Amino acid sequence: MRPAIEVEQLRKTFRVQKNREGLAGAIRDLFRREYVEVTAVKDISFTIPQGEICGYIGENGAGKSTTIKMLAGILVPTSGSVRVAGYVPWKERERFVRNIGVVFGQRSQLWWDIGVIESFQLLRKVYRVPMEDYRRRLDELVERLQLADLLNRPVRKLSLGQRMRCELVASLLHQPSILFLDEPTIGLDIVVKTEIREFLLQLNREHGTTILLTTHDLQDIEALCSRVIMLDDGRIIYDGGLDELKARWSRGREIRLQFGEQVAPERLELLTADLPGVRWQIGDGLSAVMRVPSEVGLSDALGRVVGSGIDIRDIKFTETSTDEIVREIYKSGSVSGAERLVGAT
Amino acid sequence: MYLDLIRIRFLMMLAYRVNYYSGIIIYAVNIGAYYFFWHAIYGDLEAIRGFTLSQMTTYVAVTWMARAFYFNNLDREIANEVRDGSVAIQFVRPYHYLLVKMFQGFGEGLFRLLMFMTPGLVFVCLIFPIELPRDPAVWLLYAAMLAFSFLINSELNLLTGMGAFYIENVDGLIRMKRVAVDLFSGLLVPVALFPGWLAALSEWLPFQAIAYLPSAVFTGRASGEEALAAITLQAVWAAVLLVSIMLMWRAARRRLFVQGG
Repeated sequence: MRPAIEVEQLRKTFRVQKNREGLAGAIRDLFRREYVEVTAVKDISFTIPQGEICGYIGENGAGKSTTIKMLAGILVPTSGSVRVAGYVPWKERERFVRNIGVVFGQRSQLWWDIGVIESFQLLRKVYRVPMEDYRRRLDELVERLQLADLLNRPVRKLSLGQRMRCELVASLLHQPSILFLDEPTIGLDIVVKTEIREFLLQLNREHGTTILLTTHDLQDIEALCSRVIMLDDGRIIYDGGLDELKARWSRGREIRLQFGEQVAPERLELLTADLPGVRWQIGDGLSAVMRVPSEVGLSDALGRVVGSGIDIRDIKFTETSTDEIVREIYKSGSVSGAERLVGAT
Repeated sequence: MYLDLIRIRFLMMLAYRVNYYSGIIIYAVNIGAYYFFWHAIYGDLEAIRGFTLSQMTTYVAVTWMARAFYFNNLDREIANEVRDGSVAIQFVRPYHYLLVKMFQGFGEGLFRLLMFMTPGLVFVCLIFPIELPRDPAVWLLYAAMLAFSFLINSELNLLTGMGAFYIENVDGLIRMKRVAVDLFSGLLVPVALFPGWLAALSEWLPFQAIAYLPSAVFTGRASGEEALAAITLQAVWAAVLLVSIMLMWRAARRRLFVQGG
């Protein structure tokens, strides 16, 4: 089976107008404009097999949306090759787009002034979906996303959550094999987010739809994606499983302990001296934090402390959250860190 | 599918009733104002450059009515969609963006043709002394020419709107084009009344094909071979503009730069 998405050495350069400062600059701009070349996507390559849900993350301006737009046939790449569902998106655009669905969280694809159902019917005509298929598909989607009450309302009177669910339906009416989602959960409340995530999982399971989504909400990624591609300044800095990303960057697990008596730091360190990588951070003597790397078993480490006869009042486990990990990576975002990540996979 | 686009635009126009009513009033006021304006200019004169007052009144009424049909805001719509980036959505649909715009414009034109041009014309005929042609062939020819008016005007709008791919702010260009269309098309003053050099200039511009030529045929200023020449000229302009659109579109596609990442 050929992969759903193949990207090789993809690059996109924009020419952006430079505005000179001040009145004199503005007047000079009037006669001779200066342009700056901005490379949004710098020679990236990746392959996504059919039926995979892949998260595409990165800071604002990292080039995520630009990539999605090239994959969806909206933008023409400056160089490199793209094949999506077997097509070169921008060359055979009209035929190609029948195979994909696209949702932009920040833009509506529904007609603003008319009822939702009118938009759907128009889309049916646009994609030439046979009436029977359309009925079946619409019924299924409407039931699944609980839209029955909204169908006759004009889009401008829907809440964001309602609109987003309608957008999903609109992008799926023609049963695309690949779905691109650009920040699909932006601005939504937790209930709608969860609903949308569950819906996407089910869609992927039942129809084998390949999904590529960009998001800033890492819970989306945790809930949905088996794979993450991380972008920084137009380059891929990580491509692989979410678990691996966590394992590599996680500072391990932490055990927070509260004692009923004063405990000397040396005593604690002695307890775990033979466990490699275990670190202590001692508070006021009544509390301490033990960092346990993933190679060391938690029960092993904890057993040392519990078995020592120290009076323990409270134990709390924490794991480095994906948010923290990603924040860390964005912050360091340096090439050295990046090379480490890519080299490791 | 394209028929449905027309239908949807129709629905959208109906959704904003106030626009509809105010549109009728604006056109009525315009025609009325021009009637009295020409009335004052003519005074005791029998004819100005071969135009009798009644011919002039008919010309004004018919030209404005035609404008209701051919006029649309496709240029502004395209410019806005390019500027706010929503044009991106149009590219993930299996249709041609410009063709869709054209049909939307046609839906709008058809709406105005049926909903206020026809009732408006009846209304105007009752108030002002207007002579309508009696020959059905003229009506038929006029209908064809009106279709070309729409085509040419919309093509110009597409070209202007596509300017948004090249310059950040096309408002100035759009306004300039609008003034040029209103003036050179003969909407404000029939081209026949232009001073010689201006008339010569407008003969070389596509604008007169939008309003002046059809109205000239309709009011009987041009007939027979002259009328045929007029419609041929329209067809030529429509074709020339079509080719320019296609060329510009190809270049614009590569330049497209979606605002907001």
